[in-house]
Amino acid sequence: MDINLTLLAQAVVFAAFIWFTARFVWPPLMRVVEERQKTIADGLAAAERGMKSLEDASARSDEALKSARAQAQDILAAANKQAVQIVEQAKATAKAEGDRIVGAAREETQREVAQAKDQLRKQVGELAVAGAAKILKREIDPKAHADVLNELAARV
Amino acid sequence: MTPATYIGHHLTFLNHPVGQGNFWSLHVDTLVTSIILGGLVFGFLSWVVRGATAGVPGKRQAFVEVCIDFVNEQVKGIFDKSFSFVAPLALTVFVWVLLMNAMDFLPVDIVSKGLKAVGVHEFRIVPTADVNTTFALALAVWLLMIGFAIKVKGVGGFIHELFCAPFGMAKITANPLSWIGALLLAIANFGMNLIEYLSKPLSHSLRLFGNMYAGEIIFLLLWMWASTGVIGTTAAAILGLGWSIFHILIVALQAFIFMMLTIVYISMAHEHH
Repeated sequence: MDINLTLLAQAVVFAAFIWFTARFVWPPLMRVVEERQKTIADGLAAAERGMKSLEDASARSDEALKSARAQAQDILAAANKQAVQIVEQAKATAKAEGDRIVGAAREETQREVAQAKDQLRKQVGELAVAGAAKILKREIDPKAHADVLNELAARV
Repeated sequence: MTPATYIGHHLTFLNHPVGQGNFWSLHVDTLVTSIILGGLVFGFLSWVVRGATAGVPGKRQAFVEVCIDFVNEQVKGIFDKSFSFVAPLALTVFVWVLLMNAMDFLPVDIVSKGLKAVGVHEFRIVPTADVNTTFALALAVWLLMIGFAIKVKGVGGFIHELFCAPFGMAKITANPLSWIGALLLAIANFGMNLIEYLSKPLSHSLRLFGNMYAGEIIFLLLWMWASTGVIGTTAAAILGLGWSIFHILIVALQAFIFMMLTIVYISMAHEHH
């Protein structure tokens, strides 16, 4: 082992190389690496944000779908109700109309019956008068015997 | 050529005296190889980094980023504080030592033949098998360690820890016996710290040196065997292949250990006791 001036020379060379590395190799490369790390981190963060907003959007769309479905249900229910109502109303109207028609017909019938009765009564009166005249063989004054005739007619 | 001259030849540095005495000389081979390797690799790194993009990296940039990220992860795992200086330091140590270790894979005889053709007769190609290199690195790290310790704790805090850790401090009372106790404890603490501060650079540098030197010697022994005939050549080729493959592990592992110890020592300097 011969220690000599080489030791000091090598130490100086070593120091020079350390200085060179610390000055020209390490910092620029670290800068580049850190810059890339930052870019990647930013990209990942952006992806994260995108994912999040996608989640939000799908949640919102679910919400909207749900509310639209509920609304459709409501509208359907209302329409059904309305339809039932209209049918009920139509039924009621028809019933009223039918009643009215039946009533009118009944009235007409009664009226005709009454009329027929009146006519019949009148004819019966006339027949009675004619009969009586034939029996009595003389003219009966309808005026003089109106009360009798009327009593007869009422009895028929 | 005898085995001794063969191995001796390959273990002789290209020595260039610059003054009187043994100390004042330079190992030109160690210096040239390490400077060329460092220049190549750090030049390559800075070239890649200059063209680096924050977008999608190319293959070259990705490779460099993987290497640097590997070192960065190690530093982050040990240091939880700011490590703006320690990480580039660790990178320098790792990459440089790795390449210097990897010089062991070059076939020594072909290299020395080629160098002989240009008039260089002695050349050791593995700078980390030169104890000067490993000591230079370890001592630089050691100085940084002490520097960081003083920077973090202050000169007072550093000296305080020299005498008051790891055993702590005795309580000083009016009793004169307690003064003696405190003094003894301070001496024990200082002794422990002295051993620690001495053993750190020694183990740091000698571990790397020993591994690389041993690897070099084993290669030399195999190549010497290879010159003894057909059987020797075949055996040396097979064993040489095996040792080279195993040596890949050692080269990378020693570089990694050297880097890890560098980080650990400097992070230990940041600890308060």
